[in-house]
Amino acid sequence: MSRILLVEDSFSMRAFVRSALESGDTLFTGVEVVEASSGFDALRLLPRGPYDLVITDINMPDINGLELVRFIRKSDQHKNTKVLLISTQSSEKDRERGMSLGADAYLAKPFSPESLREEARLLLARVTE
Amino acid sequence: MTDPTDKAREEFFSEAQEIIETLSKNLLALDASLREEFSDPGLVNEAFRAVHTLKGLAGLFGAASMGMLSHRLEDVLDALRLGRIELTPSILDVLFQAVEVYGKVLAAEKDPEEDAAPLVEAMLVEFERIGAGATRDQSPTAEYDLDPGLLAVLTEYEEHRLRTNIENKMRLYRLRVQFDLATIDKALEEMKERAKRHGEIITYLPTGETASVDSIELDLLLASQDDLAMLIGALGADNVVIEEINRRNATVMPGTIKPAPMLRSRATSLPGKDEELQPLRMGDDTGLEASGSLKSLTQTVRVDIHKLDHLMNIVGELAIVRGALASISERLREEGQRQLGAELQRLHRSFDRRLSEMQDGILEVRMVPLGQVFDRLARVVRQISRELSKEIRLVITGADTEIDKLIVEELSDPLMHMIRNAIDHGIESIQRRQEVGKPDAGTIALNAFQKGNHVMIEIEDDGRGIDEQALIERAIKSRKIASSDAKELSREEVLNLIFLPGLSTREEAGDLSGRGVGMDIVKTNISKLGGVIDVHSEAGIGTKMTITLPITLAIVSALLIRVGGQVFAVPLSSVSEALAFDASGVHVVDGREVMTLRGATLPLCRLDRLLRVQDPAAAGMRRFVVVASMGTRRLGLIVDHLYGQQDIVIKPLGRSLADVRGFAGATDLGDQHVGLVLDVGALIEEVLTGSELSRERKMYADG
Repeated sequence: MSRILLVEDSFSMRAFVRSALESGDTLFTGVEVVEASSGFDALRLLPRGPYDLVITDINMPDINGLELVRFIRKSDQHKNTKVLLISTQSSEKDRERGMSLGADAYLAKPFSPESLREEARLLLARVTE
Repeated sequence: MTDPTDKAREEFFSEAQEIIETLSKNLLALDASLREEFSDPGLVNEAFRAVHTLKGLAGLFGAASMGMLSHRLEDVLDALRLGRIELTPSILDVLFQAVEVYGKVLAAEKDPEEDAAPLVEAMLVEFERIGAGATRDQSPTAEYDLDPGLLAVLTEYEEHRLRTNIENKMRLYRLRVQFDLATIDKALEEMKERAKRHGEIITYLPTGETASVDSIELDLLLASQDDLAMLIGALGADNVVIEEINRRNATVMPGTIKPAPMLRSRATSLPGKDEELQPLRMGDDTGLEASGSLKSLTQTVRVDIHKLDHLMNIVGELAIVRGALASISERLREEGQRQLGAELQRLHRSFDRRLSEMQDGILEVRMVPLGQVFDRLARVVRQISRELSKEIRLVITGADTEIDKLIVEELSDPLMHMIRNAIDHGIESIQRRQEVGKPDAGTIALNAFQKGNHVMIEIEDDGRGIDEQALIERAIKSRKIASSDAKELSREEVLNLIFLPGLSTREEAGDLSGRGVGMDIVKTNISKLGGVIDVHSEAGIGTKMTITLPITLAIVSALLIRVGGQVFAVPLSSVSEALAFDASGVHVVDGREVMTLRGATLPLCRLDRLLRVQDPAAAGMRRFVVVASMGTRRLGLIVDHLYGQQDIVIKPLGRSLADVRGFAGATDLGDQHVGLVLDVGALIEEVLTGSELSRERKMYADG
């Protein structure tokens, strides 16, 4: 069973991502989505991992998504964890920084549920390889 | 197939609503800071962040109007933040206007009948007018050559903030702070609150160096104009180490910058080795154990209020079962089955206790602080006072007083109207205030407090007071009362004339009072919530309106009574006592039956006549007086029989009966009988103010 950590400070955004992941795709049945509502929540939840995939927003108050990527990449515990960054607006700079810090993919909002599912599917497939 | 994101859409609406309210609060704080000439860059930033989030969500959920509005408003806030345009009261007006338009846009998103597009268009023109948007320049993308380690984890937005602060000649500080992981949110909030007065926190970085499993160390990057000694004095603590980052290395000129050594040294101390992360690990617990501990992190759930209504209905039905249990145990004992009866009695008592706890628990969940609606009112006060060029000081007390969510929702409009009235009619012009020796700024006090099972809301102004003579003349002119009756009206009755439909208290209705609902509608809306309004006014000193509301509408303790062979329920919260009726103690004053109760006059109401349910069989039987009260008014209801107390769930009357006054609804009495619930507020109103309806009924009864 795959475990996904979803880090996002907006609760409707979390609901959107969750519903996108849980909507009738066999790949995602049995996937456990754990939600963190802030970077701190994520820091508290990460040690209880490992997670197969971390989906994190970039722009969050306090601990931002890029800091989380760095944190995850420094840790042996999360060496197999894939990271998908999502960002409020398409920012090339944020994308570059995220990727160079070790994120696996980047998705700019607004995105459709399908494209999110597709990204997540590709990343999870790489975990099991 | 339904869109899987439908449910998320619902969440989107409520989050958007919350963000808009946050934005509004923010603007109010900005307004206050503008008046105190104390500028807090953090406030504009927070407003910016709120709108930024809205923009992102709007894009995701395909809310085009909201997206457009947010996009352009973000530009305005950005320009304000960067000092490209200066914040003035008139710009603030535009921002407040935007909050209103957001409300309309949100309504339009939910209801396709509504069209907010023209409003948004007009708003965009306004934004254009105040000079944002066009001048948007993304410019000094001048590569900022601060420490690359730091820059790597700054979002574009944070980097932007850093640059702005350096351009504004702020000093940079690093605050290394130890936090307890469990309480970090609160501790950080406090830290931020303190730091805000000295500058702006640009980012937080976990250093990865932790003293214990339960703690975390963060580096805060703070931009401030204060010097190190001042900051240490203000923010220093056992768990805080403050260092200044050498400024010479952080100047604006691109290309000539050397990396800031301290930032670099800090950056290299970020988690580098895996061991440093060990303390954060809680072991390899996964699966059940992990999800068990995850639960504690999510401490709130969002619940649709109708689900709580459903639970409350079930509690109401269980209350009926409880009643049946009591009567069965009673019967058993009467039939000589003492032991069985006693056992059932014990069971009944424990059931009773648990059920009350459950009921209290559900009620508690429904409660929200009145502050929710007060915040909205603060915005209205600001807007109206500017439109009318009056200075208003709004003083709010008791914003944390709690009341049923559904009541709060319905309070907004009536309160808004009362406040409009207070500012428009109550508070004098500045010139007039100076003439009578009052301070320029009029004061409107909004007080809320709990009193027994009721919540009281007072709206008090220090304005001119209600002109009673003008009110009487107006009422006579619009044929609401006969001039011969006018002299006989008590002071209270005169003041209550303002609640008559189609009556304006001033010759030319002010621009504002012409809008929206009149006081008659305010009163109707309040009484629909089971509440009443009392008015007190002193000429030249001011007016105070007091609203008395039940805490909840969900479930009420009621006194069951019989009148004319029918059972009615009277909410216990409005019953102060019940006593035996003594017909010989009744006097007639002004054509109204009254009795004396402990030295005070109590007006009486013969319910059987009023409700036209006279029961000849009850004539000559012993009767009772139920003393009902609402606010300061009391009324003795004469009834045939008292059954006792029962918790009831009030269900609304069907649409066809919705306009019948005097009944709050119907309730299931448990023996497959339905009883009507009396609306005590409306009854008191009918009888004491002698409205046409009751007069007609009196005539019917007397005839």
